[in-house]
Amino acid sequence: MSIEDTTAPTTRTGPSDRKEPAGKGGPGGRRTAGDERLSPIRELSRAMILSVVRDKGTIFFLLIFPILFLLLFGSLFKSDGTSHIKVAQVGEVQVLDSLTKDQREQLTKAATITKVSSESTALEKVRKGDYDALVEQEGGTVVLRYSAADGVKGASARAALNAMLEQANLAATGKPATYTLKASQVEDRSVKPIQYLTPGLMGWAIASSAVFSTALTLVTLRRKKILQRMRLSPIRAWEVVAARIAMSMVIALTQTALFLLVATLPYFGLTLTGAWWLVVPLVMCGTLSLMSLGLLIGSVTKTEESAGGLAQLLVLPMSFLSGSFFSLDSAPDWVQWVSYLMPLRYLVTGSEAVLSRGGGLMEALPTMGGMLAFTAVVTALTLRFFKWNDT
Amino acid sequence: MTAAIVADGVRKRYGDIQAVDGVSLHIEAGEFYGILGPNGAGKTTTLEILEGVREPDEGRIELFGKSPWPRNHELLTRIGVQFQASSFFDKLTTRETIRLFASFHRLGARQADAMLARVGLTDFGSVPADKLSGGQAQRLSIACGLVHDPEIVFLDEPTAGLDPQARRNLWDLLRDVNQEGRTVVLTTHYLDEAEILCDRVSVMEHGKVLKTGAPAALIRELDDMVRVSVESGLVAPDVLRGLLESAGVDNTIVEDDEVSLTVATHTPGPVLSILADQGALRGLEVRGATLEDVFLQLTGREYRA
Repeated sequence: MSIEDTTAPTTRTGPSDRKEPAGKGGPGGRRTAGDERLSPIRELSRAMILSVVRDKGTIFFLLIFPILFLLLFGSLFKSDGTSHIKVAQVGEVQVLDSLTKDQREQLTKAATITKVSSESTALEKVRKGDYDALVEQEGGTVVLRYSAADGVKGASARAALNAMLEQANLAATGKPATYTLKASQVEDRSVKPIQYLTPGLMGWAIASSAVFSTALTLVTLRRKKILQRMRLSPIRAWEVVAARIAMSMVIALTQTALFLLVATLPYFGLTLTGAWWLVVPLVMCGTLSLMSLGLLIGSVTKTEESAGGLAQLLVLPMSFLSGSFFSLDSAPDWVQWVSYLMPLRYLVTGSEAVLSRGGGLMEALPTMGGMLAFTAVVTALTLRFFKWNDT
Repeated sequence: MTAAIVADGVRKRYGDIQAVDGVSLHIEAGEFYGILGPNGAGKTTTLEILEGVREPDEGRIELFGKSPWPRNHELLTRIGVQFQASSFFDKLTTRETIRLFASFHRLGARQADAMLARVGLTDFGSVPADKLSGGQAQRLSIACGLVHDPEIVFLDEPTAGLDPQARRNLWDLLRDVNQEGRTVVLTTHYLDEAEILCDRVSVMEHGKVLKTGAPAALIRELDDMVRVSVESGLVAPDVLRGLLESAGVDNTIVEDDEVSLTVATHTPGPVLSILADQGALRGLEVRGATLEDVFLQLTGREYRA
């Protein structure tokens, strides 16, 4: 008999005797000794990752595009975080002019004072926002005029000037100060934009890639009958699933690494807090929960176009309602309530907690549990719609 | 001989369409079997039910005595299925594709590469699979179905859309595959293909098997007339008719279309000797009935989409 296969069942039937077994011997595929068996999971995940890596468009969409968003938003909101103010000084203002060198240096940390000759020009510039405030002296009164457009800066200018005047008043009495204030900084509880932008945009990027690529993979594999082909081979369903998850994990963790790399650049200045590494299991659980949504979309659609459309319809609103683009702290109540239904919210807030708010296992574990539960529910639902082939 | 495939009373319905309507087949191990039929006859559905991809509504299927549905792991190592040439992963090369399919069967890379050599694609190993020509892609597709050395090979219209050279090249491959002792089952609507390759064929229409047999037996059974034609103008049609009549050759039709003089007859021997006597053999062509005639007789001549 020309064919030998060590794994073939013993009931194998021989060639019919009316055909010559052809002297060519068995098929070229006869198992060779020392030929190491290929692992289906490894080969399949490799194939899936290659299909992404070799597609420049996909790479851009998955990795570069979200980072461009971080660069853009990060730069736009950066100035918001500092309370540095620009003040125009018109004419002589004694308090300012008589500052010692030390005092002046102290002041420039908080404000830049520029001398402007004409009051009307200065006023116009304050209106336009070129300066945050205008200061001038009328007799014994120091006048501060600031635009109502930015209350925070106006207030800081007022506070700074007030402090200076009080010091000057006290000095004028010639008595030493009865009370002095010693300021010491405590941990900054206010959120700088980069602190919520990083987990937010990262969550959006992961959601886009996990939902889209899972949905599209499923539709493409089914439409090209590759699913059916795999089903006709002895590969196990869990091996296919594991390979697909591995692919999404590689993408999601690469996205995470890129985001952290860019956000911690001195220019953006994200400072990672203690248990930031918990972002890795968080991202993994989050990816699973988002993949389950992609699986659902891929199961109920038949073409790549409809799967892509449905994914977009889901990901964009979900990102807005999960605090990807703005901090949920300042969102209206209803948005906060809706956000509790979104798996992305847990990924975003969980990542924010461990990355920049000093959160630890206590914050991360319940979040991860929630996301895994979400995955289980959606996947169970999906099994009702899942089809191996189109018809 | 042992039966490799037995199907008994298989039915499958999609909505209002009875795609497969009581098909019974008995395919011997080592046989090259063809399922013929016009588009929409239910060939592909029948094949998919045999493969175990679809569950029949009714009927029994056994491959080596075991049901392919539900998914039977032991059978999956013994059957190989060729899919449409487009069923490859995006962005993978030819070699990566065959290795991937080899991995599904936990085979080695060398075995995969040997299969690539077997179908003559070694030189195209690093070409992206979607850049292969139609014939090459089809050979890769067959290689993916053969890599694990199966005993039964299913092929769904393997030569559809190929040019004549690629078709013949593929026929040689399929013939070799069969001669190694594998049972080959293919669907086709190319009758010449079935006639050349298949030991037996089943002609299907509207989900039913109309006729089963060896192509030559089916043609003989048709008892169709043989067409003898020579160049026009060598002998006048009326003269020939008279000669045939006086020689006692009945039931012949003589036609002359100014290009060829054609005689349709059940007894080509005497016709040929009369033409030879007249020295009118230039451009001689003798055409017997083909599987196409059987097919058309069974399925009718009206056009269908």
